[in-house]
Amino acid sequence: MWVYEKKLQYPVRVSSCNPKLAKFLIEQYGGADGELAAALRYLNQRYSIPDKVIGLLTDIGTEEFAHLEMIATMVYKLTKDATPDQMKAAGLDAHYANHDNALFYHNAGGVPWTATYIQAKGDPIADLYEDIAAEEKARATYQWIINMSDDPDLNDGLRFLREREIIHSQRFREAVEILKEERDKKKFF
Amino acid sequence: MNTPRKTWHPYVSPFDPCKPITVKTYSTPPNLYMGFQPPGLEQFTPMQALRTGTLWKAFYDPWYSPYEKAREGQQP
Ligand SMILES: [Fe+2]
Repeated sequence: MWVYEKKLQYPVRVSSCNPKLAKFLIEQYGGADGELAAALRYLNQRYSIPDKVIGLLTDIGTEEFAHLEMIATMVYKLTKDATPDQMKAAGLDAHYANHDNALFYHNAGGVPWTATYIQAKGDPIADLYEDIAAEEKARATYQWIINMSDDPDLNDGLRFLREREIIHSQRFREAVEILKEERDKKKFF
Repeated sequence: MNTPRKTWHPYVSPFDPCKPITVKTYSTPPNLYMGFQPPGLEQFTPMQALRTGTLWKAFYDPWYSPYEKAREGQQP
C-alpha cells in the first residue's frame, strides 16, 4: 500500500504564461519514456525479480509517481487559464478538441499512452537493462525540454527531475552489479 | 575526474542546405563512471540536497538551457 503526502516532491513554479511548453512537457507525462511509463514499468517488474532488488524497484517506481505529479502540475499551470485561441496558438488545438483543458496521457505528438512502451521480460538482467535505458532516455528528454524552455523557474524543477534520472540510472546499474555478483566472492572496497 | 559533456564533429558537406553545426555535444553523466557507489562520498547539506536532487556531490550534473544565464557546473 501507499501513504500519500499532500505535497510535491519538489516545488513547481512556472513564471511565464507559455502554454506551448505544456505541449513539450506532456511528453514526460504520457510519452514512451515519461514518468507514467516509468512508474508502471518498475512497479510491475518487481514481482518477478530477485528479492534483493525488489525494494529498489518499489522505491523508484513510487518516486516516478511523485515526478508524474510534478509534470502534471506544470502542465496544469500552463494550460488551466488558456483560452481556446491560446490553446490553438500553442499547437494544442487537437488536444483541446478532444479534452478541453484537461490533462491526458499522450505524448508531445498526441499519441496516447500504450502499455507497449514498457516491458517485463522476466529475465532480471534484461529488465534492469531496460530500466537503465529508460532512465537515460528520460534524462535526455528533460535536456531537450530544458533546451526549448526559457522559463527559469520551470527549468529549475525540470533540472531536479533530470538529476533524479541520473540517480535512478546509477541505482539500477548497482542492481545489475548485485545480481551478477559471484556467490562466496569477497567484496573489497 | 570525468567530464560530464563530450563533443564530436559531424561531417560537413560542401552542399549542406543549412549552416552546419560543426561541434555537437552530448551528456555523459557521472553514473556512467561510478560502478558501485564507493563509501564515504562527500555529501551536500540537507537543504542543498533537496534543491539539487541528490545527496551526493559526485552525482550532481545540472543541465541548463541556452536561454539561461546560469553557467554549467555552478554550485547550488
Ligand atoms: Fe526515473
